[in-house]
Amino acid sequence: MTVLEQPGSSRHTSGPAGPPPAWRPRVDPAPLLPEAEPHRLLGTDAARRLDPALLKRLYTELVRGRRYNTQATALTRQGRLAVYPSSAGQEACQVAAALALDEQDWLFPSYRDTLAAVARGLDPVQALTLLRGDWHTGYDPYEHRIAPLCTPLATQLPHAVGLAHAARLKGDDVVALAMVGDGGTSEGDFHEALNFAAVWQAPVVFLVQNNGFAISVPLAKQTAAPTLAHKAVGYGMPGRLVDGNDAPALHEVLTEAVRRAREGGGPTLVEAVTYRIDAHTNADDATRYRTQAEVESWRAHDPIALLERELTDRDLLTEEFATATRDGAERLAADLRERMHTEPPLDPMDLFDHVFTQQTGQLRAQAAQLRAELDAEAEGHPETTTGTATPAQEARP
Amino acid sequence: MTTTTAPTARKPATMAQALTRALRDAMAEDPAVHVMGEDVGTLGGVFRVTDGLAEEFGEDRCSDTPLAEAGILGTAVGMAMYGLRPVVEMQFDAFAYPAFEQLISHVARMRNRTRGAVAMPLTIRIPYGGGIGGVEHHSDSSEAYYLATPGLQVVTPATVEDAYGLLRASIASDDPVVFLEPKRLYWTKADWSPDAPAPVAPLGRAEIRRRGSSATLITYGPSLPVCLEAAEAARAEGWDLEVLDLRTLVPFDDDTVCASVRRTGRAVIVHESNGFGGPGGEIAARITERCFHYLEAPVLRVAGFDIPYPPPMLERHHLPGVDRILDTVARLQWESRWTEGRGA
Repeated sequence: MTVLEQPGSSRHTSGPAGPPPAWRPRVDPAPLLPEAEPHRLLGTDAARRLDPALLKRLYTELVRGRRYNTQATALTRQGRLAVYPSSAGQEACQVAAALALDEQDWLFPSYRDTLAAVARGLDPVQALTLLRGDWHTGYDPYEHRIAPLCTPLATQLPHAVGLAHAARLKGDDVVALAMVGDGGTSEGDFHEALNFAAVWQAPVVFLVQNNGFAISVPLAKQTAAPTLAHKAVGYGMPGRLVDGNDAPALHEVLTEAVRRAREGGGPTLVEAVTYRIDAHTNADDATRYRTQAEVESWRAHDPIALLERELTDRDLLTEEFATATRDGAERLAADLRERMHTEPPLDPMDLFDHVFTQQTGQLRAQAAQLRAELDAEAEGHPETTTGTATPAQEARP
Repeated sequence: MTTTTAPTARKPATMAQALTRALRDAMAEDPAVHVMGEDVGTLGGVFRVTDGLAEEFGEDRCSDTPLAEAGILGTAVGMAMYGLRPVVEMQFDAFAYPAFEQLISHVARMRNRTRGAVAMPLTIRIPYGGGIGGVEHHSDSSEAYYLATPGLQVVTPATVEDAYGLLRASIASDDPVVFLEPKRLYWTKADWSPDAPAPVAPLGRAEIRRRGSSATLITYGPSLPVCLEAAEAARAEGWDLEVLDLRTLVPFDDDTVCASVRRTGRAVIVHESNGFGGPGGEIAARITERCFHYLEAPVLRVAGFDIPYPPPMLERHHLPGVDRILDTVARLQWESRWTEGRGA
């Protein structure tokens, strides 16, 4: 890292008169530039040196993840989920993000990243609460150190920076990994989060899952940058470009970025080049903006198939392991099916319990109104309600 | 005769100094309190409210951030998630607007969306309001936006003592507070002892600043001194006005407001923010719903006009002043007008 001279330093207050030095960038941009082509391991000689246990772990999680995606999508058709933004085709990003973190680290997922949360250990039903519609966040973020699934785009990225910064101020060994899509990189919060992270040298990793489309808008209409990873250079952090369907490559790049952050090296921006096989959500018609041929070309580059080839070549995909993996995934799906077919217990009075630490007088009055409405409903007089949260007018004495 | 000055002697202090003292005391008491924002460090804030804090507590606890309000508030959310109590400064009212998404989509609802698991003990200090000759974007009264957002407490001191007490209470609160500092009162002085600071004031309680019997002026923040002046002037016209300082808009103190209005039978709400969609409409509705049978006249409002905040050379025409308040109070003679109008 090259720290160049800045105006105001004592070396510039004397000497021959001349123009003052310009404010200069503090770092040499060259080491920050991303790879020319996405980093790949599968299909290269380097893949042969990968730990078999890691490959099998990744494979197990990918197969589980795919099954989770198909089951959740099926649940939307059955009316059990209000909506599901599938990560089918992007499972490698989800799994690698979760596996790159240590227990004390934090994950900041977007609405599409339920699978990353599940891979980190979150109960699959709790992960789907938001999408089922029974509450906005179905889990305690502190339990697995997973921030709430974030629906607004990129707004969780500054949270990740702030949390990582706070942890470092407290002297804790915590890294935050925040996930965002290609569309999210156009948002102001993306810019501000990266800038803060770099200025503060916060222990954060930003993972951009570039799946080609922001709903229907292709990347070319989203950015004019050479790659999304190039954006890192302007903030003063390294940008890494990686094949988002190559699970071991992702794992390597993310693990390295997490290690760097942990050791005080500051943030990294990782762009994973991947593809959304399913539509944006089950409510979206993807045939309006992309061709079947394009989808098929990406199916041929499927993250599970890529890893399967490597496992087969190295005789790691034994019949026994394949069966166990498949059975594990089916058990996950069966458990999800069964539990999602049970109506969640809901208490409408919850609506008022978590607005403030202590209810205000206004909320107490409204809670009493709802209580009365519920009681009337229970007695079979749904039309009998108090009608307004206002206390009865007092007659003038 | 010689006099010795007791260490707790009261001497004139400004609202800005009281705020600084509140920040310093909160930081000294609780290492989780962090002050952050643009220019809050070396410069001490453009209004000098954070003066000396970086020196005393270090730049980690009073930190200059990049100039980006969404980033300032967004990172504060993450810091709060990790157990800190950030006190964020937004330099001017209108400069807080880029942070609205963080405020509304995250700060206000984090507790709710996580069913109480994640608290947001954040205080967002925003100098607000006009009357200081500021150019465009430096004089907005933006309180209506905040009080329309469930999950935010909205606090605005009008006195030097309250500046201290309410800021301490806001920082101590486990829920987010939008702390609106009436910037034209920053230099208001009061006898106030920094050695024995005022007690921490509870949030959600209004205070009657002047007792009266013929009508209640309901106000807050920058309009309090104007209302007190109007109340004095109204004596000559036979009005004995009560002046009520809300201090916090959320939670709203219905009890104190209603007790006062029931006593006087008349209410006028005074604020700088525009009338249409402003806090006065909500307050008037609450009074009407609760005190209708006590009212001798309709609840009236004195507010800024429904215009973008005017340029400084015209702002005196926009801001509610003593004369406009008195003219409105005169309109409270509803019964006699009504009777005359009916020809009775």
